[in-house]
Amino acid sequence: MPPANPPKVGLLVTCLVDLFRPSVGFAAVTLLERAGCQVTVPSQSCCGQPAWNNGDRATTEALARTMIQAFEGCDYVVAPSGSCSGMLHKHYPELFRDDPAWAARATALADRTWELTRFLTDIMGLDTAIPGFAGTVTYHDSCSGLREMGVKDQPRRLLASLPGVELTEMPGADVCCGFGGTFCVKYPDISTHMVTEKVEAIVATGADTLLAGDLGCLMNMAGRLSRLGHDIDVRHVAEVLAGDPDTAPIGRAEG
Amino acid sequence: MQPHSADFPARAADALTDPELRRALTKFKTGFPVNRARAVANLPEFEALRDAAKAVKDHTLSHLDHYLEAFEARVRDSGGHVHWARDAAEARSIILRLATERDARLIAKGKSMVSEEIGLNAALEAAGIKAVETDLGEYILQIRGEVPSHIVAPALHLSKEQVAADFRRTHTHLPPDRPLDQPTDLLAEARGELRDVFLNADIGITGANFLVAETGSTIIVTNEGNGDLTQTLPRCHIVLTGIEKVVPTLADATLMLRLLARSATGQEITAYTTFSTGPRRADDADGPREFHVVLLDNGRSALLGTEMQEVLRCIRCGACMNHCPVYHAVGGHAYGWVYPGPIGAALDPALIGVKEARHLPNASTFCGKCESVCPVKIPLPKIMHRWREVEFEKRLSPPSVRQGLWAWGLFAKRPRLYRLITSIAMRVMGLMGKEGSFKSLPLAGGWTDTRDFPAPQGRTFQSMYKDRRHG
Repeated sequence: MPPANPPKVGLLVTCLVDLFRPSVGFAAVTLLERAGCQVTVPSQSCCGQPAWNNGDRATTEALARTMIQAFEGCDYVVAPSGSCSGMLHKHYPELFRDDPAWAARATALADRTWELTRFLTDIMGLDTAIPGFAGTVTYHDSCSGLREMGVKDQPRRLLASLPGVELTEMPGADVCCGFGGTFCVKYPDISTHMVTEKVEAIVATGADTLLAGDLGCLMNMAGRLSRLGHDIDVRHVAEVLAGDPDTAPIGRAEG
Repeated sequence: MQPHSADFPARAADALTDPELRRALTKFKTGFPVNRARAVANLPEFEALRDAAKAVKDHTLSHLDHYLEAFEARVRDSGGHVHWARDAAEARSIILRLATERDARLIAKGKSMVSEEIGLNAALEAAGIKAVETDLGEYILQIRGEVPSHIVAPALHLSKEQVAADFRRTHTHLPPDRPLDQPTDLLAEARGELRDVFLNADIGITGANFLVAETGSTIIVTNEGNGDLTQTLPRCHIVLTGIEKVVPTLADATLMLRLLARSATGQEITAYTTFSTGPRRADDADGPREFHVVLLDNGRSALLGTEMQEVLRCIRCGACMNHCPVYHAVGGHAYGWVYPGPIGAALDPALIGVKEARHLPNASTFCGKCESVCPVKIPLPKIMHRWREVEFEKRLSPPSVRQGLWAWGLFAKRPRLYRLITSIAMRVMGLMGKEGSFKSLPLAGGWTDTRDFPAPQGRTFQSMYKDRRHG
């Protein structure tokens, strides 16, 4: 059952969406409002994942404190990203495990933090997306969304509600694309090998659009598809679910 | 074995361009994982077994001293001997002493990753003692002068054509025109060569998959039976094993055995599961006259009581490497030491030092597949992450990473400043990236050498949202 009163949802914009692709943030707002949420966007920078992934605990803690404070008044925190929601949901409580006061606040936040498509379906009971986009799509399961946030069938269910969208699954949809945050620049050879294999699987589906729920993975796959000359559009799944057919695909010029 | 983990990037680059390895890894990555999935699907209680096994290992590791001492007492009761080795050098010297006291000239070896860990073969060779690996994969590697690239399938990086060529090169006493096209030909030839070793060895050395505190038994699983022959035919059997392998009871050991083969190769159980309890007794038909167990610490006990203790739950099934996309890309030799893949990334820094092994926990995307298949649910990404923290604390991470994080952190910690600077930067970058993506970017060669970099849409979400709200 969806909550009775409009829940106050803090949008965790994610730094990549904020900086590179605001259209994903607006798609998330559209979807959340349509599902009956009251959306707020607290002042924020980054969840701290780059520092966390590189072992810089002090910087991560400083960033985590500002995020915890920023989102404390919200009933839910929702991110159009499995990776960033996973950071709050899984890693913040670990981060403050030796600091009881902050651990309690981090855990309270973690319990209210969700990935967008799972929140829409499992919490808000949304079962139909907003028509407007049409095409054959294939969906990549981003690792953090899949394994940290339990996102698998939720985006697919929403996509299935769109009459103009046909989903063609690729083999190994749940295999990492080789992004891995700073991994892709620290070990570019290995990352390139992984994303090249992913691109082969994507191309083999014959789909004209690749979708996923994490902008990092999407930029990685879009960048490799483009470099290899493949004419496949790449979009965040939220844009498609919000019926946005006009924004240029990732890595393409507008208009 | 000398670690080469500091060379991980170069070794990985070599691996990515090695055509034979590419062929082998392509085949490998669809083999074991498919078999495991089938075996797991056929065992509805698999998840419950994982939880039970995790609980057994956690309990044992919390009382490791108790169970090791109980194990030692039971081994003594059954007429065997236990030797404690603090590090690799001590383990080598114990085994060398046992060998020289017995005037050993030839040693048969069952597969033992711990013997690779302590560099045993080289030490024996230096003392004039010949040691022959009897696991087919390890036998092939010994001929080639290589080390295992996987803990369960040590020679997975080789093709049968390469092995046939090695056999023709080294088995010169056999007819040169013999057929060696089929795996069974190779197996039969190795079996013929190894028969003399089993019959003539003075000592058999094996590893152990599990030690049973309740009975003083050691357990080894193989698919070729070489473990049995190694430990029953020579007059002296030495078991070389890590201290973390002990479990309290035989029932616990059978629980582990139900998980081990299914996780490793997708078999319900391996072809041979051999329990050794002490030397041959008066009315036994066969078995060694002497039974020794060398218990190796080598950095393991230092993990007890730390948040990295969980890595000691490992039962060496190799499922993590079978499912790891990074391992699939580079193979085991790139990791540069005995234990490759995710478990190596979590364990090796403890055994060879963070400085030497620092690449291994970094060379992971934290995709989490390893943890999802680990039979004892070791949180491998979490442990790799902890090693990255240790690396950062010890100031071993590259200056570029440290300085980059410092500079980024400076304004990321101040959201208002962050919003101001990023909104300007994205406007500029958006204008420069009118084509939609960048073919190259300063300081981003790691990305743009092989990938276009998508250009930002131009304004930041936070500035647009603020305008929209106030507009």
